[in-house]
This record gives sequence, C-alpha cells and structure tokens, in this order.
Amino acid sequence: MKFLDEYRDYASVQRMAQAIRRTTTRPWTLMEVCGGQTHTIVKTGLQDLLPAEISLVHGPGCPVCVTPLEMIDRAVAIAQRPEVILCSFGDMLRVPGSAQSLFDVKSLGADVRIVYSPLDALQLARANPKREVVFFAVGFETTAPANAMAVWEAEREKVPNFSMLVSHVLVPPAMEAILASPDCRVQAFLAAGHVCMVMGFEEYLPISRKYRVPIVVTGFEPLDLLEGVHMAVAQLESGRAEVENQYARAVRRAGNRPAQQRIAEVFEVTRRAWRGIGEIPSSGLRLRDAYRRFDAESRFPVEIGHAAESSECIAGLVLQGQRKPYECPAFGTRCTPDTPLGAPMVSSEGACAAYFHFGRRKENGDSIVSIAASDH
Amino acid sequence: MCLAVPGRILTIFEEENLGLRRGKVDFSGIRKEVCLAYTPEARVGDYVLVHVGFALSVVDEQEAQRVFEALRQLDQLEELQEGAP
Repeated sequence: MKFLDEYRDYASVQRMAQAIRRTTTRPWTLMEVCGGQTHTIVKTGLQDLLPAEISLVHGPGCPVCVTPLEMIDRAVAIAQRPEVILCSFGDMLRVPGSAQSLFDVKSLGADVRIVYSPLDALQLARANPKREVVFFAVGFETTAPANAMAVWEAEREKVPNFSMLVSHVLVPPAMEAILASPDCRVQAFLAAGHVCMVMGFEEYLPISRKYRVPIVVTGFEPLDLLEGVHMAVAQLESGRAEVENQYARAVRRAGNRPAQQRIAEVFEVTRRAWRGIGEIPSSGLRLRDAYRRFDAESRFPVEIGHAAESSECIAGLVLQGQRKPYECPAFGTRCTPDTPLGAPMVSSEGACAAYFHFGRRKENGDSIVSIAASDH
Repeated sequence: MCLAVPGRILTIFEEENLGLRRGKVDFSGIRKEVCLAYTPEARVGDYVLVHVGFALSVVDEQEAQRVFEALRQLDQLEELQEGAP
C-alpha cells in the first residue's frame, strides 16, 4: 500500500537504526505516547535494533485503557435497557468493568453492536426510530472530529433517538502529568502523529520549554518511529529541547482547522479521570450545553457505585511508563487477553496485549526482530 | 484506535440531504465511502489519511519522500567519515 509499505522497508529501517547507533553516546529514556506506536515497536522488535543505551517506555495513548471503570459500568448498565442499541468500537467490548464487560452482557442478550464509525451509529438511529441508539464515544483528539460530526449531524437532522456516552481524553495534559510526576523517567517524547494531524503541535511548545524535554511528532510505521527516535536522540545528545515534526507528510503545524472548529462547536474541555492514573485537570471533552440533550449520561441516569480495580493489576504504572508489562506478576498467567485483569491486556493498543502477542520471546532473551514477517 | 490509513480519492460528491462533502476512497483495492468535510482542499487523485470514516489530512507527497532523502544524506556522511584519515 502506497505511503505504508515504503516505511516498512527493512533495509531503510536498518540504515536508520545505524544512524541512531552512531548518534548515541549516553543512556536515554524515550516515551512513545500512542498505543498504536507501542504495537509497531513490540511487533516489529524495533527495540532490539536500537543501541542498548536507548530505552523506549510506553505511554498512556490507549483510549480504551484509560476509560474509567465507572464509565464502563455505566455503558454496561445502559446496554442492558431493552430499548437501547449500544454501539461501540470493537476494542471496548472485552474491557473488564467491575462486574461485567459489554461482551458479557451482549452474550446475555443485550443489543451491543460494533461499529466502524460514529456515523454508522447515527445511521442505525435513523433506521431504528423506535429504539434508542447510544454510541460509546471514547478516544483521543484523533477521534473527536468524527464524534463531533455525528452529534452535529444528529442535531441538524433532529434525530431524537441518538445519544453519546462521552469519555473523550486529551493527550497534552497527560504528557504533562507524566512529566510532573516525581518518578518520571522520560527524557523525550515521540508525540502521537495522528493526534497532531488534528490538533497540530503548537500546544507542545510550552510543555517542551517548561520541562526541557524534546518532543518529536512521530508517525506509526517502523521507519517513522526510528526517525523519530533519531531526531529525539540528536536533540538530547546536543542538549536541545525542541518540538520537531517527523511526520510532516500528514501533520501540519496548525493541524486541521475545520476539524478543530467542529470539535470546539460540539465539545468543551473538562476534567477527566484516567483509569489507572487518576483525575487530570482539563484533560477531557464533554458535550457543550447546546448539545447536552445528546448526552447519554443524562438521558439514561444510572446509579454507579464505587468500583474497585483488581488489586494485582499494575496497568496504571504500565500506562505511565514506570513498569513494563512483563514486570507484572500476573502477566501471561492470571492475566491474558481471554481473562484480562486490566484493559491494556485487551485493547489492540494496550502495551500488555502487545507484549503478550508479539513480545513473549523477549523473556527468553531471544531476538524478536520480525519486520520482514510483519502483516500487511 | 488512533489508526489512520492512507487511501486515494476516486470520486467526490455532495451528500444529498446534508450537503456534506463525501468521496469514494481506494485502499489498495478496497473501496469505501469517506467523509471529506474536514479536507475541503482534497482533490480526486489525492491520498488522504482516513480515521473512522473521516479524511483528516491530505498526504504531502513531497514530504513523504523526505525521510529517504535524509537516509541518503546519512549514508553520504558515513562514507565521508569512513574515507577520512
């Protein structure tokens, strides 16, 4: 596929890795923010191509992983109402709530459907006027334009039976929360390319300045990730801390203005709790008053008690880059994708799932380089 | 979830009721209808990055080549260094 395959070319990837080896003189810890990047790194064994001085730690960029337990319990409760069709991205279904997952209640008869786009959920609402269609809107800035458009269209068409359970989160406040933590090991960030495709990267300038940390907007293919590492290490080695854009084929400095305008029209910034991390001020989106009637939380009031996490799960530490998945005692034994204790083991962007599916040979010390075999 | 896939725009049309800009996009043989409302500058033949049914950016083909140019320069630099006494 054009604009994908050439960035997976093994010879180019090796040349870039060699450039990183030549640039590196000291140990550095870099965090890739997005779970999609984590999956590419683990699946293709990129870490093994890097010099031993460079460690990549995995960030919080997995929307499904950071959606609070209470919000999943709320979705599960709403899905059990007989009039409701609950629509969700597929990743969310197996994420454990405090008692049940959406997949559990679906198998017990609840009408839970996987959709590709929020517009598909809106179409379901048009086609089923006697049912209530609720879309479980999780995601980062990348997904916000799509969800904003679905609500905006529902308003324009006056679709009465469509609503959204909104649990949107924003990346820059989470990066700042990680940097502000006393246990922070991160010396540079590979910022999430597709988040920046929507929002641009101007909001990273003050973060980079304040914490003296290089931030490189980075794409998702192996060559993108290694070039992002190379740019970040070159900054660290020369004592610079700047915002740079590796992913310029997709990301413009100001981002996508029409998308930002639609987001701002429909949503407003609010504080949000992040599963495993805690509440972060100004780190989420909720519907503005003018669109509040599409808010599933007020349309379907549900009593949600305080939900307790698995005491063994260290997802919060994994999401903040303080532990690797295989450092968890439950990893691969009591916690697997079939019997998950925490969300990072189920999501296709979760670090635990990435290590479970692709990184297990690492435990034996064997190489896990497998770019030639990466799927297309 | 932040996955976005590049595809080539085959046709562009306005949705009948809403007037939203839409298009048929080819992803290496798989054709899907995509909302183009956020990429008003996109033209037929352009590659766009598509996330959950929405084109969010037009691929800059010149920028797309930049990394390969950077690799060539890195290789030249290496040859120069190896050639030096």
